[in-house]
Amino acid sequence: MPYLGGEETVKELRRALSNPHVQGDPLRHRSTVLRVIRVMSQGVDVAGLFSEMVKACATTDVVQKKLVYVFLCSYASLNPELSLLVINTLRKDCQDPNPMVRSLALRNMTNLRLPSLVEYVQQPLTAGLRDRAACVRRVAVLGWAKLHSLQPHADIDAAVVNELYSMLRDNDPVVMVNCLRALEEILKEEGGVAVNKAIAHHLLNRLKECDVWGQCEVLGVLQRYRPHSEEELFDILSLLDPYLLSPSVPVMAATLGLFLSLCCRGLPAVSLAALRRAQAPLLAACGSASPEMKFTALCHVQLLLRSLPGLMGEHYKRFFCGYAEPAYIKQRKMQVLVELVNDDNVGFVLDELKGYCTDVSPDTAQAAISAIGRIGRSYSDQCLEILTGLLGLKQEHITSVVVQTMRDLVWVCPQCSESVCEALEGCEDTLQDSQGRQALLWLLGVHGDRVSSAPYVLEAFVEQVRSEMAAGVKTELLTATMRVFLCRPAETQDTLGRLLHYCIEEEADMNVRDQALLYYRLLHCGIEETRSVLQGRRSDPSLGVLIGRPAEPVSQWARSFNTLEPLRQCNAGAESAPQAAPYHLALDPEPSLDLCDPLNPSQDRQETAAAESVNLLLPGPSAGPLAPGPTAGPPAPGSGGGQLGLSLSPALSPQQFEHLWLGGPQCPHGEPGAREEEEEEECVCVQERMGVSPALQCSPPPQLQAALQRSHIQTMAFTPPHTLPWRVYLYTHTRWGGPAPRGPTLVLGELLYTGGAEDQEGEGEGGERGLRVTAKQRPRDDEAMKGFLQVLSGALHTSSTGSC
Amino acid sequence: MISQIFILSSKGDHLIYKDFRGEVGKDAVTVFYEKVTALTGDQPPVVMSHKELHFVHIRQGGLYWVVTTTADSSPFTLVEFLNRLTTLIKDYCGSLSEKSVRMNFALIYELLDEVVDNGYIQTTSTDILKNFIQTEAVTSKPFSLFDLSNVGLFGAETQQSKVAPSAAAARPIMSSRGDQGGKSEIFVDVVERMSVVIGSNGVLMKVDVEGQIRVKCYMPSCLEMRIGLNEEFSIGKSQLRGYGAAVRVDECSFHQAVKLDEFDQHRILKVCPSQGEHVVMQYLLSDELPSAPPFRLFPTIERDNGGRLLMYLKLRCDLPPKRADREPCVSVCSRSPSLSQELSSPDQKAELRAETRAVHWDIPRFPGGAQLSALFKLEVPGLSSASMMEVGPVGLSFELPKYTCTGLQIRFLRLTPVQAGSSQRWVRYVTHSDSYTIRI
Repeated sequence: MPYLGGEETVKELRRALSNPHVQGDPLRHRSTVLRVIRVMSQGVDVAGLFSEMVKACATTDVVQKKLVYVFLCSYASLNPELSLLVINTLRKDCQDPNPMVRSLALRNMTNLRLPSLVEYVQQPLTAGLRDRAACVRRVAVLGWAKLHSLQPHADIDAAVVNELYSMLRDNDPVVMVNCLRALEEILKEEGGVAVNKAIAHHLLNRLKECDVWGQCEVLGVLQRYRPHSEEELFDILSLLDPYLLSPSVPVMAATLGLFLSLCCRGLPAVSLAALRRAQAPLLAACGSASPEMKFTALCHVQLLLRSLPGLMGEHYKRFFCGYAEPAYIKQRKMQVLVELVNDDNVGFVLDELKGYCTDVSPDTAQAAISAIGRIGRSYSDQCLEILTGLLGLKQEHITSVVVQTMRDLVWVCPQCSESVCEALEGCEDTLQDSQGRQALLWLLGVHGDRVSSAPYVLEAFVEQVRSEMAAGVKTELLTATMRVFLCRPAETQDTLGRLLHYCIEEEADMNVRDQALLYYRLLHCGIEETRSVLQGRRSDPSLGVLIGRPAEPVSQWARSFNTLEPLRQCNAGAESAPQAAPYHLALDPEPSLDLCDPLNPSQDRQETAAAESVNLLLPGPSAGPLAPGPTAGPPAPGSGGGQLGLSLSPALSPQQFEHLWLGGPQCPHGEPGAREEEEEEECVCVQERMGVSPALQCSPPPQLQAALQRSHIQTMAFTPPHTLPWRVYLYTHTRWGGPAPRGPTLVLGELLYTGGAEDQEGEGEGGERGLRVTAKQRPRDDEAMKGFLQVLSGALHTSSTGSC
Repeated sequence: MISQIFILSSKGDHLIYKDFRGEVGKDAVTVFYEKVTALTGDQPPVVMSHKELHFVHIRQGGLYWVVTTTADSSPFTLVEFLNRLTTLIKDYCGSLSEKSVRMNFALIYELLDEVVDNGYIQTTSTDILKNFIQTEAVTSKPFSLFDLSNVGLFGAETQQSKVAPSAAAARPIMSSRGDQGGKSEIFVDVVERMSVVIGSNGVLMKVDVEGQIRVKCYMPSCLEMRIGLNEEFSIGKSQLRGYGAAVRVDECSFHQAVKLDEFDQHRILKVCPSQGEHVVMQYLLSDELPSAPPFRLFPTIERDNGGRLLMYLKLRCDLPPKRADREPCVSVCSRSPSLSQELSSPDQKAELRAETRAVHWDIPRFPGGAQLSALFKLEVPGLSSASMMEVGPVGLSFELPKYTCTGLQIRFLRLTPVQAGSSQRWVRYVTHSDSYTIRI
């Protein structure tokens, strides 16, 4: 309502103020003035009442006077001419016998902030400096500082400065402190008050007379003083020692700041001792009833810990979070707790932090989880246990943060990777946000060889890539798939192909597309180059085992002590900058690496066309090796003619299969690995053993079928599970991608598992339990056959471990 | 150095605005409000910056108390000053709320004028300020039957007049020369805040008791007051006094005006109280309690066959039988969307609050030695063994009048010179739960 009826109100107030009846009645007059101020502080522009208010100033009622001054000080700068009218009243008040009225007039005269009034103000100010009443001197001293800020370029009156210096010896402590303040402002260009030995000792001696605020001010000014001898320095320090334990936190902080500035260069041991001594009052401030004070103290505790790691280790319980504390305090406390962890308290701290992980506020839960992750750098086993337990909650936000924390942990502590890989299984369903999924993808990419389901998780991601919004997830997916492809080519090849195809052909985001093209060309350059680019470091090379931070010298942060700086730093900055950034570090191709061709659009099109035409996607130069994998040695150079792909079409009917199988060449029984070549070059039969766990035969047929189908191998017939001997018949077509000179082939296969019985007969392998694979191919193509066997073994391997 | 001070309501209304140095425009208020409302949960709000301008603020009484500064000032000083300013305004206005600030804006401007000049803190002492402050506080007094109950039949003193009404200390210090006719009173409050963590096995995992002796003085002049504490009061672990159960604290600090010459011998504090509220002594006890913690909880959590989570809470109050707790509230975190309950008495109530995702169980009165129980049935979608982990911890908030955990007592309170009969001295004890957490 004041906003709406602003003009009406102003009109009404003007009428009231100029009403002689109101002016005659002091109480009514005061209450009208009061209404003006009320309306003013509600934000209504009442500048129009200026002349009426000037008249209202001439009154004996001190309360009304004060109210009018509030008004005048707000609007004087808008009405410099009218303000001249007030000056007379003010100057008259300066002669008033009541010191309170004198100080009031003097203060408001200088508060008008009108350069045109300076000449009228100087004389009362000079008189004010010699006033009998301390309260007038206080105001007068600061008045000179205000005058100076009105005319910053005017010459400094040396007489005034001298007068102010001499008033440092004033009886009233507030006058003394105000002199310091005024001189600091007036002499700012010269670097503030000159603190010589006499002044410094005088200030130190009068310190106990000042109130808390004055003490802070004096201690602040003394920071500039440099004692002449070590003896003097120690005298000062022992004089100040009681203030270090002051119950008032500002005084304690100012004293500590002075200690640090006095001895941080020459005497680091003394400043460390001072820090230890100030620990108790600082801890008390951390438990203050005011959350803001708590926060300030916590930020400064963090500073202290930089130089004295583990300083408050035994007081760790003081940093446990309260039930109803605001989130920002809880998070600071956790950051401090992380620093305080040692062998004795780690159990308690982790137990406490674990309790915060399920906090209702996601921010707090997140902070707790990352705190556990940080502690995990020194105490990995206990922390991983907690983190793994949290994954069991299947809560979206918790899982996401846990996975991110695990990623950061693995980057710093490679020894944890084993347990992290185990924990990762199955958490992809709960992850919704892009940060968490990126972290998961990074882990899958880097440790794909140890997470058995990695290719299938990636495949699921690739299938949904169209609906994926975050570009970050897509680039991470690309990298992860590439990396998994390098260690488990057979299972990932098809997925990678589809992903590259999508990213190059359909993706709208340029970054993602460029990255896909980069990988695509990289694969052209050959698998070894790809490997050298992509398989970078799995952990931060700059860190050994990290226990605690090295202590920084105090001088590193002494300047920012007791300033706003430690409070301003957002909590994100300190924590994650140096260490927790494994992203893409290993990914950027080294500049020295010779990428095969400079990018040019025409080639671009050619390549994408090639990728499109065949469903196997890695057309490479003729020297490119064939689908490498951990089991196969690198094939002889020059033997391959492109990359191998498998396909299900054209389909075979059971009759056709039977016909082909029986009609093909026969392998000599019991000589696995041997290969009998028929006279006709067209056909070949290979027999091999694969070290697949027998659990495979327990797995239900549909599951195995699906697993094989994912690798583009069609199963034809099964024996039911748990029967011996257990057989599976299957087939596939091989195709060469790129400008390979060879045509497609058809591969038929039989898996045979005979249980333990056959092994005991003591065959060539010496009782190796496993699966016998018989494969027939026509027309003959040794390389294709090798590729097929790799794909098959990979598929069988994963489906057997997956089913256990 | 302070550029501006302003007080905003929680909705952003300008209540008080004072510019001390004319360096920054008035739009700083708007900038501040925009910034403070745009903060996300994990950003610390205390210090915010906008270009060269820094905002330091605290929240008290549902209001924002903001200081702006351009130079790099000490955060301890600014925060402490704001805290002191709030107590000062509370002293002068009687209470701290949007309403009282709105009603007393003239008084607050007057105070600010005296407290800060040119951005420098001049004084916050009521002794000095009382000479300058002329405006009287405006208070709104709701009509209350409790005021009448203090007057007995035919003006005889009733039992109740021996107990200070709880609102007695919430009046402005200046009104003594007004209507209340020189009613000079002094209140000495012993206030303790407990923060306790009790493990799921009932073991005390953390105890901190922070205590304060606060003096709130309405007397215009008082030369000296002697506060006698328990004789067996001891500080630190090594020092033990007396034979009985020692009253021990770990750390102790005093206001700088307190004279301690009789403290070592007789445990007497000597103060010259100035008007208004002051903290005379602060102390801290950590890691142990002289008596059992006031509340014990025996939780049982099960799943029933209908897919619900059954939470059976038994709460025992271990205080001496005469003591009673005023309105404790138990809250248990859980993510469940619906709740059914069985409570042991009809005047209690429990509800599920969505914003804190917790079940709140309010108990109007809980006498010492009593035991209460409640059964909550929670519908949890997709109940699994992991959902059990998500329940808890339990937080208790309570206020225990006439009780101190440490056992600190005030033996006597003497004023010198002996005041005329009108002066009244009150000693009050209260223990708050700062954070009383029980893990499940």
